[in-house]
Amino acid sequence: MPTMATPPATQRNLAANLPDQTLRKWLRDMLLIREFEVRSMQAYQNRKIGGFLHIYIGQEAVAVGVIAALGRDDPIITAYRDHGHALARGMDPKHCMAEMFGRIGGCAKGKGGSMHMFDKTNQMFGGHGIVGAQCPLGVGLAFATKYLDEVINSGASSRVTTCFLGDGALNQGAFHEAMNLAGILDLPIVFVCENNGYSMGTSVDRGTTMAHQITAKALAYGIEHASIDGMDVMTVYDGVKPVVDRCRETSRPAFLELRTYRYKGHSMSDPRKYRTKEQEQQYEAADPIDRLANFLMTQHNLAQKEYDALVKEIRAQVREAIKWAEASPPPGSEELYTDVYADVWGPYLGTSQPPMLDETQQDQA
Amino acid sequence: MSTTRLIEFRDALREGMSEEMRRDPSVFLMGEEVAQYQGAYKVSRGMLQEFGPQRVIDTPISESGFAGLGIGAAMMGLRPIIEFMSWSFSLVAADQILNNAPKMLYMSGGQFKVPIVYRGNNGAGGQLGSTHSWSVESMYANVPGLKIAIPFDPYDAKGLIKTAIRDDNPVFFLESERLLSVKGDVPEAEYLIPLGQATVRRTGSDCTIVSFGRPLYFCMEAAETLASDGIDCEVIDGRTIRPLDIETIVRSVCKTNCCVVVDQSWPFASIAAEVAAQVHERCFDDLDHHVVRVHSDDVPPAYAYNLEQEMLPNARKICEAVRTVTYNA
Ligand SMILES: Cc1ncc(C[n+]2csc(CCOP(=O)(O)OP(=O)(O)O)c2C)c(N)n1
Ligand SMILES: [Mg+2]
Repeated sequence: MPTMATPPATQRNLAANLPDQTLRKWLRDMLLIREFEVRSMQAYQNRKIGGFLHIYIGQEAVAVGVIAALGRDDPIITAYRDHGHALARGMDPKHCMAEMFGRIGGCAKGKGGSMHMFDKTNQMFGGHGIVGAQCPLGVGLAFATKYLDEVINSGASSRVTTCFLGDGALNQGAFHEAMNLAGILDLPIVFVCENNGYSMGTSVDRGTTMAHQITAKALAYGIEHASIDGMDVMTVYDGVKPVVDRCRETSRPAFLELRTYRYKGHSMSDPRKYRTKEQEQQYEAADPIDRLANFLMTQHNLAQKEYDALVKEIRAQVREAIKWAEASPPPGSEELYTDVYADVWGPYLGTSQPPMLDETQQDQA
Repeated sequence: MSTTRLIEFRDALREGMSEEMRRDPSVFLMGEEVAQYQGAYKVSRGMLQEFGPQRVIDTPISESGFAGLGIGAAMMGLRPIIEFMSWSFSLVAADQILNNAPKMLYMSGGQFKVPIVYRGNNGAGGQLGSTHSWSVESMYANVPGLKIAIPFDPYDAKGLIKTAIRDDNPVFFLESERLLSVKGDVPEAEYLIPLGQATVRRTGSDCTIVSFGRPLYFCMEAAETLASDGIDCEVIDGRTIRPLDIETIVRSVCKTNCCVVVDQSWPFASIAAEVAAQVHERCFDDLDHHVVRVHSDDVPPAYAYNLEQEMLPNARKICEAVRTVTYNA
């Protein structure tokens, strides 16, 4: 019988006691995500990026704070608003940008796009475009790490999977099946629900029962849960770290609500008519980057000059990423038919040969 | 010659899975009632006892959940065998099996393989009604990135399931409830059957009949009937639908100059339509008659015994088709 979980007693001041350079790294990561997103929006407007583009601005503290609480070998998986997670996990912004430009230098050779960021080296098992569909996959990652540790290596389960999801995913069957499976199978997974108040134009209370207390969903599955202020990276870390540690130790799942806000529209085409400017300004006034910068300035002697230099350095880095992405060629037409199958039994063994295959055959002839 | 035994289709499947699980610890079996209940159709009988609850895992009735769990596990390097009690229930997991499994490798630019086998009963079970009698092959075969195997007898069931488990791609393995008790000779010694290699079940010179899975039994029956009328049929078992061994089919059609394709799914945009199109493209000048297709009728499967029988492909319909293409009508 799963024990009925109680919210964890958040250990205060974990983050505040971390070394200075760790907190500065968080500031850097959040600034990088923000700058990256600003420039992504521009690139989208300049038609360098196609498809849908979902901007993470406002939510930086969640990706950075949660990922800081994980080990390097802990897998993560998320939805389509995924650039922040990719960067916080360590993906080079060049590869992230090139992916959105649809270039061969992209993390998935330009075959995934903005919504589908994959980075095996950094244990990032994707951005996923179908709302909620990443949740069963996350459960599978947790199942596999445990299986590898226990069954194959005859050791103890050592890794924790983090599965990010939006508040909209709470209404998907896949999420609920995933929670139930994680609970029944005792899997080391932390579901991190980034409650940014909206799924597209639907505010969370218009789409979800118990919107004022979404952790009630976890209660039904006997899963430990907590709500955490997602607008402050140190609070995020303080709230998440003990949960991740406990999950690693007990191999029991957890569900966390991270209360956050997306400053921009759902995607680039969203005029945000469903909410007020005042509401947006209220959140922007409590900006997570400002909050950490202020903390570092008042408590860690971060000088304004140093901060300005950091901002400048990041601007240059993102500018460089864009240049790099632009210089990266589009995937060659041979890429169309690679990665469909792991082994090469060829493309569609059917009727019409794809024209470029005919060309290669002619070349060889 | 190695010794063979006469065993049931379900035992052949279990032997194949068990051998692979002994060989490779990253293989596990998961599904509804696979463990404690010993399998809804007793395919996994005894596997829990041999491999334990960490490798033979019961799930709740949660197809989307465990179909997706398997994909995540496969991305992490394991080789899951996910049993659907029936492929009819795979529809509630369609997003996972069609949108995630076969596209992950591509979307990730080659980073994440999904070596997974989904298996279970496919096709009419016998008066199960409209919702439980799906033949999913035509619908699913449209999706690139997956493979589909559909075994005919115990020998193939074992040889193909072993290959499917070792394959680095998602393989949909379509069994038939109606065949699980069929017995056949299966060698003691290990063997594998490659995916994408058709086999000739009966040689003949007058007409090629192509089929997959259970309807092959009706094809063989029809071929016997027709033989007594002096029409000598060649029956080809495609064994896998994706990849499709069109070469073997073409070779046969070039010899017989006519072709009937038998497919237990519906006629519109079907496997048989695909095979017919390819045969027309490849054998246009060799054909004495256009390809004729035999399908399930284009209606939801009915419960009533007579209506269900009427709907499915059978030997009578196949005989008619062969007589048409050979101008013996
Ligand atoms: C199954 C499915 N239905 C609909 C959509 C279209 N869609 C994309 S994002 C979205 C809103 C999801 O909101 P939420 O989960 O809160 O994530 P957020 O955008 O806030 O990060 C919708 C409806 C989809 N991608 N998948
Ligand atoms: Mg949201």
